[in-house]
Amino acid sequence: MHGIYLDYQSAMPLDPRVLEFAKKYLAEEPGNPSALHSVGLAAKSAVEEARAKAADLINAEDASNIIFTGSATEANNLAIRGVALRNAVKGNRVLASSMEHISVLNAMKELQKNGFQLSLVPVDSEGIVDLVALDSLISKETVVTSIMYANSEIGTVEPIKEIGQMVHEKGMFLHVDAVAAQGRIPIDVQSDGIDLLTLSSNDIYGPQGAGALYVSPKVKIQPAMVGGGQERGLRPGTENLFAIAGMGEAARLAKLEMKEESERLRSIRDGLIKEILKLDEAYLTGHPTRRLPNHASFRFSRIEGESILLTMDAMFDIQISTGSACSSRTLEPSHVLLAIGLKHEQAHGSMVITLGKYNNPDQIPVIANAVSQTVQRLRALSPL
Amino acid sequence: MTQVGYSKKVMEHFMNPRNVGVIENADGYGKVGNPVCGDLMEIFIKVKDEKIDDIKFRTFGCGSAIAVSSMVTEMAKGRSLDEAMKITRKDVADELDGLPPQKMHCSNLGADALHAAIEDYWVKTGKIKRDEPEKEEKDHEGVACPTE
Ligand code: FES
Repeated sequence: MHGIYLDYQSAMPLDPRVLEFAKKYLAEEPGNPSALHSVGLAAKSAVEEARAKAADLINAEDASNIIFTGSATEANNLAIRGVALRNAVKGNRVLASSMEHISVLNAMKELQKNGFQLSLVPVDSEGIVDLVALDSLISKETVVTSIMYANSEIGTVEPIKEIGQMVHEKGMFLHVDAVAAQGRIPIDVQSDGIDLLTLSSNDIYGPQGAGALYVSPKVKIQPAMVGGGQERGLRPGTENLFAIAGMGEAARLAKLEMKEESERLRSIRDGLIKEILKLDEAYLTGHPTRRLPNHASFRFSRIEGESILLTMDAMFDIQISTGSACSSRTLEPSHVLLAIGLKHEQAHGSMVITLGKYNNPDQIPVIANAVSQTVQRLRALSPL
Repeated sequence: MTQVGYSKKVMEHFMNPRNVGVIENADGYGKVGNPVCGDLMEIFIKVKDEKIDDIKFRTFGCGSAIAVSSMVTEMAKGRSLDEAMKITRKDVADELDGLPPQKMHCSNLGADALHAAIEDYWVKTGKIKRDEPEKEEKDHEGVACPTE
């Protein structure tokens, strides 16, 4: 990588140590974990080792509670459709926050076709789930409530423990999408009261092509597809050995290095926020303190996000992300920015910075200067 | 660096836009909004001998909206009003070596703002009345906005 990459939430580089650890499963040891010969057994033990490492990252009771999937989207689908359909006799209501990942929202919309009722819980202007509304929306018939641990676009961290208590007092199961939070802040599925939790390999510097679902021993779910019984029959299909072994190693490193790395990124983040908020009509989006340590997100009035992205990239070789309508396929602003109550024209000027392992404090003035120049340049072009 | 599939020419105009700014006491002024995504563009013209003697723009919008604005001002400058009126959004997109399909609607902004500025001049000089802008010019390219 050449310039300054600030878009770790959309893709992370593979950790070279993970590659080193897992590459033998690409070429030298291509075993099928279901085969009984020695090569198959070695593959099986690689998968089991990865399972234990992923379980350890989130303090799962037992490694067997981890189900590997092909992506976080798949894990979200397996969780929501799996638990709802399996428990349909007990209730037909599903609940999510209005700023969940699209794979959660769409999985729930699919369930509507099967007779489920979907309700969305609002969030406040800083992105915290409205607990009063949540309390009033959960009922005995609510099979699954899905709330993300933290939001990838605005960085807000949700009060998951409180939400867990509420869900278990009044409804059935809590699913948590932890893709943005994993490896950045400690997650403990047992003390947080989480029944189902989604993880993603690439979001902890692991290979693309693996995700995982934690399924609490208290929960029964139904498979998304059927096949040969791999992953306890919940996610059949020959394992993607390289991606799974890599994800396990990435989880081990994430747990080991989280504290120190998060502190390091937090101080870079705070420096960036301080500098960027000095600009005219620049505002932080998301929560000022309850936010991911690697996350800084803003909006600027009178300019548009795709133009910010392009200018930062072409002029400064700095890669950021935006939730602007112009940058989305549907030409709608990001549903997260609308959920926190931004007007369309406010959502237009959004800029998201997510930090990672190749960022350092020396970059703060460089980034701040680039943002300042970008904003000035675009405002000079703007009729507003 | 990959730029959401924009051509070199789009990026060149986006990074170095021509004719940016305001003309005080402009002879014609056009302001249009992009109904698809809520962006805004304005064009000012100075007319001499029925030709566009000077032209300036300001745009609030995406990369392609800014490149389109820049390109349309460059194409219109020095042309007669009648010729400039015939510049279509497709002409602008073609001059930019094309736009990604989901961005074709941005090219409306440029031609529409230019035509609005010329119409404004014609209204001011009594050539047409405000209520009958030459509507038939619009929409004949039939570019659909992808809003699925
Ligand atoms: S102006 Fe919004 S997409 Fe081009």
